[in-house]
Amino acid sequence: MALLQISEPGMSAAPHQHRLAVGIDLGTTNSIVATVRNGLAVVLQDEVGRSLLPSIVRYKAGGGVDVGYAAQGAQAADPRNAIVSAKRFMGRGLKDVSHIESMPYDFLDAEGMVRLRTVAGVKSPVEVSAEILKLLRHRAEASLGGELVGAVITVPAYFDDAQRQATKDAARLAGLNVLRLLNEPTAAAIAYGLDNASEGVYAVFDLGGGTFDISILKLARGVFEVLSTNGDPTLGGDDFDQRVYCWMLDEAKIRFPTIEDTRYLLLKAREAKEMLTSHDEAPIHAELSTGETVNLTLAIDAFADITRTLISKTLGPMRKALRDAGLTVDDVKGVVMVGGATRMPQVQRAVAEYFKKEPLTNLDPEKVVALGAAMQANVLAGNRAGADDWLLLDVIPLSLGMETMGGLVEKVIQRNATIPIAKAQDFTTFKDGQTAMSFHIVQGERELVSDCRSLAKFELRGIPPMVAGAARIRVTFQVDADGLLSVSAREMTSGVEASITVKPSYGLTDDEIAGMLKDSMARVDDDVRARNLREQQVEAERLIEAVEAALAADGPLLRREERDDIEEEIAALKKRIAGTDHRAIKAGIDSLNAATQDFAARRMDQGVRRALTGHKVIELKL
Amino acid sequence: MRLRGKFQRLIRDPMAPDFSQDYFALFGLPRAYRVDAARLDAAYHAMQNQVHPDRHAHLPETERRLSMQWAAQVNEAYRALKQPLARARYLLGLAGVDASGENNTAMPPAFLMEQMEWREAVAEARAAGNHGELETLMQRLAGHAKGIHGEIERGFDAHDYTTAADAVRRLMFMEKLEHEIEDALDALESPADES
Repeated sequence: MALLQISEPGMSAAPHQHRLAVGIDLGTTNSIVATVRNGLAVVLQDEVGRSLLPSIVRYKAGGGVDVGYAAQGAQAADPRNAIVSAKRFMGRGLKDVSHIESMPYDFLDAEGMVRLRTVAGVKSPVEVSAEILKLLRHRAEASLGGELVGAVITVPAYFDDAQRQATKDAARLAGLNVLRLLNEPTAAAIAYGLDNASEGVYAVFDLGGGTFDISILKLARGVFEVLSTNGDPTLGGDDFDQRVYCWMLDEAKIRFPTIEDTRYLLLKAREAKEMLTSHDEAPIHAELSTGETVNLTLAIDAFADITRTLISKTLGPMRKALRDAGLTVDDVKGVVMVGGATRMPQVQRAVAEYFKKEPLTNLDPEKVVALGAAMQANVLAGNRAGADDWLLLDVIPLSLGMETMGGLVEKVIQRNATIPIAKAQDFTTFKDGQTAMSFHIVQGERELVSDCRSLAKFELRGIPPMVAGAARIRVTFQVDADGLLSVSAREMTSGVEASITVKPSYGLTDDEIAGMLKDSMARVDDDVRARNLREQQVEAERLIEAVEAALAADGPLLRREERDDIEEEIAALKKRIAGTDHRAIKAGIDSLNAATQDFAARRMDQGVRRALTGHKVIELKL
Repeated sequence: MRLRGKFQRLIRDPMAPDFSQDYFALFGLPRAYRVDAARLDAAYHAMQNQVHPDRHAHLPETERRLSMQWAAQVNEAYRALKQPLARARYLLGLAGVDASGENNTAMPPAFLMEQMEWREAVAEARAAGNHGELETLMQRLAGHAKGIHGEIERGFDAHDYTTAADAVRRLMFMEKLEHEIEDALDALESPADES
């Protein structure tokens, strides 16, 4: 598209300089890291050539941690400390987790998010996930030979605010700069769309280890526009294992398996499930610690039978997604299959039946999300080349609202609204002389607050006393491109302000994160100071590079003295970079940022005006 | 306790620092009820190509924040023009005509009667778990709404904003009904164990 070459707000001063960035699919069962190398998205393998990393973290008595294959072998022997499927617990309270009774962990229902008691102490799911991300970061840095500029981490499209926040916190804990949280189906669409140069409406059916998403996208002129998304955050391949496991207990008449045997039988169930993707029956042999033996054969029809209700759970979300997009199955040009669980023949059959067409499976359903994420990471890091001109317009999966009188929800942002989005709503006081107002932010589709997820509560104080109904309290909801919400409230007549980045109810507090960061650094004997200094230096260099590029491209937008000011700030910051005081560098960064604020606004404004001129160019092409 | 009037919220959106022009001008379109959807989409995409946060992800904090605010504005402008009902309400607002149903309770009794009948039909189908009936109601409603869209169009063509506003108000009732049917369908399609 010639249009984009007219104005490049993001163009790097040194285009030859490739910034190292990765895409990470943080999966329930397996995780993958990928990058774009020489223009091609590739999965980064471990030292013995394996692409997948089992999402398993084992805490050891001595304080060590095994991740992935190293932890896999210990699953049955040490189930309490070998944590699998931690993604299911991200941003979740104890009551939200399904099948909790058959899980071998020692759960702690801490405030907000569930915790796990291990031999190495109490762990949050965020910390468990961070271990996986840390390993993938090291794999990437070793393989790419340098520090990463950042990463795109994928999340199920249907993840709510608490789950997204937890994922971002985990990345932060793993020392990753998150370029973007990207919805898994959207990532898959990038990988598919660019491969097949497709235009039209596509459905992405994503059944992973623990989550199910369905997204409807429109592809046109390099824009991936998500029209709607729906799903079930508690449905995945794990549930199929669970059904096979229950069938085994039933058939073999086993009543009270130990937690070790449970884990062992679940592994056997999974093996059987995987075997049935290419065979008509799967033999199951197992010897339990009690001496009991299991000798069964699971036929493919019986497997389909015991999992029928799981498959039918995908139908509701598919219908809802299409309805929200205002489309019918006939409008859908193709269906992309994502996630290892879509390898099951009964799943493929159900999808083909519903959409009345054979689904697309030409890309590896287990790698496609990571590959798409890598492509997006490459673009976001500023390595954009001419051919990489695409834009993602994604949506928020669940409505956001506020509690009003009588425990009812007033929706402020509707589900499937394109992000980023900002919405303001005015409220007023209920009583004469009322000086404070409390707000309860919730997410979900139901009318009653008690049926929705509580995200945060906060209070606006210091409202000047007035008669009831005279105050004007404007509450603004803002959802950023990661799908994360922040809320602020302001009394309009007096300007009293309160603001909050939503997270407390189900997420970790900043203090908790800081504490964990400190712990993890102490453990690896990292020098916190050196790390802080390096971080600020990198940040400062990045900023200077960006500002200098902007000056070169759009210098004429500035008056002489404005330009002098900015150049002075740059020179001052450069001096500070050479020093060793990270706080001084930070102050310099803030100062340069402040000095360039107007400039940035003018450049953006110019970009928009050029886009309008450019839009006539597009018209000619229509 | 909530201040009513969705429409006023829309045009005096506090997040709009630099968007002094109306949304039609923003997208380079003539100010009219009839909109060339392809042109609107193309202008929207072209603008997001410039302002979207993904285009500024590697830049300093200031530019990322600005980009988010601008992209949110562009999304809001697009949302206001894309759907006919939202567009009609926006146009009426530009013309200084208040079409918010809540301030105009004087709907014709016959119309309100009809509304009640619709409501009852939806409630009955929902209670009976009759998926097919809900789908049928949805289709009938769509046919009905189409007629009202025609009235709005003729009202705007004749610069008769009173007629247009009257039709818009009725269409808002229809939209509410549509949401009710959708909610009923959603409820029927959700597995029983889902909270």
